[in-house]
Amino acid sequence: MSFLKHHKKIETRATLLLVLSLVVVSIGGIVEIAPLFYLENTIEKVKGMRPYSPLELAGRNIYIREGCYTCHSQMIRPLRDEVERYGHYSLAVESVYDHPFQWGSKRTGPDLARVGGRYSDEWHVDHLINPRAVVPESIMPNYAFLMDTKIKPETARPLLLANARVGVPYSADMLEHAAADLKVQVDIDGDWEEMVARYPKAQVRNFDGQPQITEMDALVAYLQMLGTLVDFSTFKPDASR
Amino acid sequence: MDTYSIFREFADSWGLLAMMGFFVGAVLMVLRPSARRMHQDAAEIPLRDDRPIDNQEPYNE
Amino acid sequence: MDVLKIVFFAFVALIAAMAASFGLDQAYILHALIIMAVAFYLFLRAVRQFGEPAPVVGTGYQDDVVRAGVIATAFWGVVGFLVGVFIAFQLAFPALNFDLPFTTFGRVRPLHTSAVIFAFGGNALIATSFYIVQRTCAARLWGGNLSWFVFWGYQLFIVLAATGYLLGATQSKEYAEPEWYVDIWLTLVWVAYLAVFMGTIIKRKEPHIYVANWFFLSFIVTVAMLHLVNNLSLPVSIYGSKSVQLFSGVQDALTQWWYGHNAVGFFLTSGFLGMMYYFVPKQTGKPVFSYKLSIIHFWSLTFMYIWAGPHHLHYTALPDWAQTLGMVFSLMLWMPSWGGMINGLMTLNGAWDKLRTDPVLRMMVISLAFYGMSTFEGPLMSIKVVNSLSHYTDWTIGHVHSGALGWNGMITFGALYFLVPKLWHRERLYSDTMVSWHFWLATIGIVFYAASMWVTGIMEGLMWREVDAQGFLVNSFADTVSAKFPMYVVRGLGGVMYLAGAIIMCVNLWLTATGARRDTPHAAMAIAAE
Repeated sequence: MSFLKHHKKIETRATLLLVLSLVVVSIGGIVEIAPLFYLENTIEKVKGMRPYSPLELAGRNIYIREGCYTCHSQMIRPLRDEVERYGHYSLAVESVYDHPFQWGSKRTGPDLARVGGRYSDEWHVDHLINPRAVVPESIMPNYAFLMDTKIKPETARPLLLANARVGVPYSADMLEHAAADLKVQVDIDGDWEEMVARYPKAQVRNFDGQPQITEMDALVAYLQMLGTLVDFSTFKPDASR
Repeated sequence: MDTYSIFREFADSWGLLAMMGFFVGAVLMVLRPSARRMHQDAAEIPLRDDRPIDNQEPYNE
Repeated sequence: MDVLKIVFFAFVALIAAMAASFGLDQAYILHALIIMAVAFYLFLRAVRQFGEPAPVVGTGYQDDVVRAGVIATAFWGVVGFLVGVFIAFQLAFPALNFDLPFTTFGRVRPLHTSAVIFAFGGNALIATSFYIVQRTCAARLWGGNLSWFVFWGYQLFIVLAATGYLLGATQSKEYAEPEWYVDIWLTLVWVAYLAVFMGTIIKRKEPHIYVANWFFLSFIVTVAMLHLVNNLSLPVSIYGSKSVQLFSGVQDALTQWWYGHNAVGFFLTSGFLGMMYYFVPKQTGKPVFSYKLSIIHFWSLTFMYIWAGPHHLHYTALPDWAQTLGMVFSLMLWMPSWGGMINGLMTLNGAWDKLRTDPVLRMMVISLAFYGMSTFEGPLMSIKVVNSLSHYTDWTIGHVHSGALGWNGMITFGALYFLVPKLWHRERLYSDTMVSWHFWLATIGIVFYAASMWVTGIMEGLMWREVDAQGFLVNSFADTVSAKFPMYVVRGLGGVMYLAGAIIMCVNLWLTATGARRDTPHAAMAIAAE
């Protein structure tokens, strides 16, 4: 019996070590991360942010799939040269619908947080097909295959639904019209008014110049809307952050 | 005060202090003189490990 | 029991076949087929063994799984380094992207990071922890074949993750890229790993839990916690690999870097320190310099690392107080890190002469030197002013590699050189000269790598911020890219040297295991030197 008693003590000590390590490593995480979920002022209150349109969201998925974040950041720091080069520093609210975030950690290529509207669609398409055709110094891979890969509009709804379930405010209306909204965003002759009403500032045109809806359309639509949503006249910096 | 400020206040005051307290306690525990023999013994473990382990009684204090 | 096994494997194979036929994307379909094949193989094996008497449970140390782990470590190491060399040259010569989706930098880079961290590093940790916990507890691994489940389960995880990246299945969270079902699988494997490790500690015959096991235990537990929180996601469809993260934006970013930094802290530091605290005393034949220091080292690291994550997010939209907290703790981390390094190095006190004759010990010592260097550089880079220059640049890449190649790589090589003769019951290594070659190739390779990345990193950081007298930016982004070209070639060459060293190691270990011998043992060399 005395053996059993001792054995229990040893067991408790190993378990104690386990529990103590776990407690210790949890403290930092809980104290640092948990507050962020309760912050009223982590996320600025500005006008203009809206969920991604179905086509833009499809483009964002391609951005993630191809690992663009391994070389491009989407986070402009409030430093003089960065604001000069890339535009207004990034606000937390600008990635509030990003599941997951795409801030990146490396600039092998330039920051893309505000690349929207900086170049023409043709430039983007040429650049993605062969970056060195437009920027001779570039070391970016060629993404010509995006021109040939078609996007199925019916994939839009499940994607929007999953995003809605983790908190992106997609309305029932948006979910219902997901596939149609995706199709109409590349069709300037279509009935796109309702889509633009649902997604203000959404840009409607044939992004890649081809009749089909391709991954190139989606990716360029995504790039062209990056950083274009926030109305900076409504932004007031909060000194207490 | 909003929830954020409450959490923040806790994070960089009491939370930090409690953690430091535990840490200092752990260090003092290690440095107490009576632990010397135990530590010497434990430090020798890797050097006496190539013994056969069959038919050994479990550790008894 | 046998019947249950057969039914279970058949069921899994069937489900996987169904998943493959319903699959929405290439990665998912391929993964379903892989799982189907594995389940089918296990099913066949169970059928063939049906009715046979259960194999005799072994006694003594369970070393077969450690041997498998050693082989896997060496294999994945070479694969990971090779992929690294490939992507390094892609950055110098973009034609190497081959215009195929599967070979672009963006898809191959996660393959490199996962291969070296999780496949090479992870296998090294599993193998050495299984070896060390048995030796220091004087107990056989707990759980019988559960350790084999950990080993093969982990290899399956690696294969699923790697093939997934190339086919475009990624969560885009750095060092946590695998998609939801791969994450779930890893969780199962990890729980089994914890069970084997804890079980062995609990049934130990040694009164104390040796400090190496403390480090291993905190590594296993913390990685479990980090993995679970950072991978909280919702699949878009159970028939597809795509998922969306539960958190978004700033919360997701902090969670990611809380994970990312502690993956460095607990996977690449704590776990490898467990190796250090066993193999350095073993190789020198002396106990660790100060056992007290090692325990203080343990608690300080465990406390401080977990707070340091926000230094990855300086000047971002993360609140300032969290950034400052991250910076302060990162600076404080310097002390325990150097305490640990000094503890390791001082273990050689009275045995420094062995450095001349024992190339394996030399490998362990240089790994400690690199550990000291990168744990000095890290806190430096976490200072906000320095970080404003270094962040987003190649300096970070150089820092990571001086730690990963220098510290993690070298200590693992040292451990492999120690383990192979022991595990295959050979008196000594095939060739100590080859170890010396490996040592110098790797060391010079790292110097090439780190130096070139310091140059490009600081250069591009300065070029980005350079303004002329009128206040206009001087350099376009493209200017900085072309300026880096020569250094990218140097970096690639450094990688080639490191890879070459690892291949020499594999040959040496292979010949050692098969029982060949070449030059004189180092004891004889020592006599000759005198």
